[in-house]
Amino acid sequence: MNIYLDHVATNPLHPEVLEAMMPYFREHYGNPLSLYEPGMKAREAIETARAATASLINAKPKEIVFTASGAESNNFAVKGIAYANQNKGKHVIVSKIEHHSVLNTARFLEKQGFAVTYLPVDKYGTVNPADIEKAITKETILISVIHASPEIGTIQPIEEIGRIARQKGVIFHTDAVASVGNIPVDVQSLNADLVSFTAHQFYGPKGAAALYVKEGVRIVPLVYGGIQEGGRRAGTENVPAIVGMGRAAELAKRDLKKRVDHVRALRDKIIDCALKIDKALLTGHPEKRLPGHASFVVEYIEGEAMLLLLAAKGIYSASGSACSSKALKASPVLISIGIPAHVAQGSVVFTLGETITEDDITYFTEIFPAVISRLREISPYAKGWEGTEGPTCTAQK
Amino acid sequence: MYSAKVMDHFSNPRNVGEMPDADGIGTEGNPVCGDVMKIYIKVKDDKITDAKFQTFGCGAAIAVSSMVTEMAKGMTLDEALKITKSSLAEALDGLPPQKMHCSNLGADALRKAVEDYKNKQQK
Repeated sequence: MNIYLDHVATNPLHPEVLEAMMPYFREHYGNPLSLYEPGMKAREAIETARAATASLINAKPKEIVFTASGAESNNFAVKGIAYANQNKGKHVIVSKIEHHSVLNTARFLEKQGFAVTYLPVDKYGTVNPADIEKAITKETILISVIHASPEIGTIQPIEEIGRIARQKGVIFHTDAVASVGNIPVDVQSLNADLVSFTAHQFYGPKGAAALYVKEGVRIVPLVYGGIQEGGRRAGTENVPAIVGMGRAAELAKRDLKKRVDHVRALRDKIIDCALKIDKALLTGHPEKRLPGHASFVVEYIEGEAMLLLLAAKGIYSASGSACSSKALKASPVLISIGIPAHVAQGSVVFTLGETITEDDITYFTEIFPAVISRLREISPYAKGWEGTEGPTCTAQK
Repeated sequence: MYSAKVMDHFSNPRNVGEMPDADGIGTEGNPVCGDVMKIYIKVKDDKITDAKFQTFGCGAAIAVSSMVTEMAKGMTLDEALKITKSSLAEALDGLPPQKMHCSNLGADALRKAVEDYKNKQQK
């Protein structure tokens, strides 16, 4: 039995998406810039996909720039707006729980002479819009706040942050990679000027993503060259992937409510199961969270060990523990919401998708508590954290 | 990522548990780093007759604990002190490079257990 509970990492391709893509690998292989028939076919396909992708977030087709990943969209938004507006000011505001593709881009901008404010979050991982208002100076040119956290599921008050940004005349970007296709996202009601999202979060292919750039917002490209994407991203288009993103967007729009209801009901069963376990804590907001997202810290045990034992039983999950990361650092998101570093080691994240069944979750509710008991039998802390040393890690890494 | 031997010792760890009548106890690591190993030994005539462990940590840390207790059983104290990070990793058919230092605490925890035993003998 294999139960894939890591849908926030990526998703399988929807069979209808693959079907839509196939002709663009085989027959319609033309370069969209070519003036003859195969090129025109490819160009038309891109424009159809652009309209479908725009429609998913209530945007105009010309406001969609296709990119190759959520990380690229985030880089493009943050660098592109910073460079386009640096003569107006050099101050950028981001939250502390942004994805690395925003945080590391912000750090890069700091090295280029920009000032960056990193806003704290509360215990649920929520940014306080009042903090944003206070952080804005006359130098501020960009605010970037993630829509929903892939690590703790919390959904930010983006509408309100967007309203403040608009009142103050500051450009506002939201990284909506984890939310678009999983909850309704309407760029008009979010008051966002830029929105990043990616196809593989809603059963589209990897290698296709987009940045919504509101009409009239000036942005500096990351890649110079030809006139693709209105001159905002040069390079021959990945036509099959873009077609796949368009089809996936259509399906997401059509099936969104069904998908949300399906994963939420099953997700709640996972949360009920986990919260019956002693010293297991839900991370992120209890209500304002992604419907298919359940994240916990389980005390006295370590996340990678949990993940491996679950995988041995066919359950695939994620963890923000230090040991499960290649960098050997506990998730900055968990630290930002005030989880002590030793407790953050017990991080485990389950994210659901449309093919998960009741039976899968019944099986999960048998296995998960057993895995925790097993690791607690091995742990020296089964009775508590007594003797735990101070908060600094001195081990050689 | 892990060798079959690591997965075996992680999934079916040997010598798990507390030893209430241990002759020596050694603890190494820090939960903030993600790995803590506690090794218990029973000693008779300078020989380790039994060894047990309790570990908080990742797959590698649990496998290393299991392996070090298996190796230590039957060894003299001097032999046990010769176990190193690399001999442990070798016995497990290798560990991923990023796990060599922070999760490979078995030799240090065992050494502390032997020292604890020796200190108790002197009293």
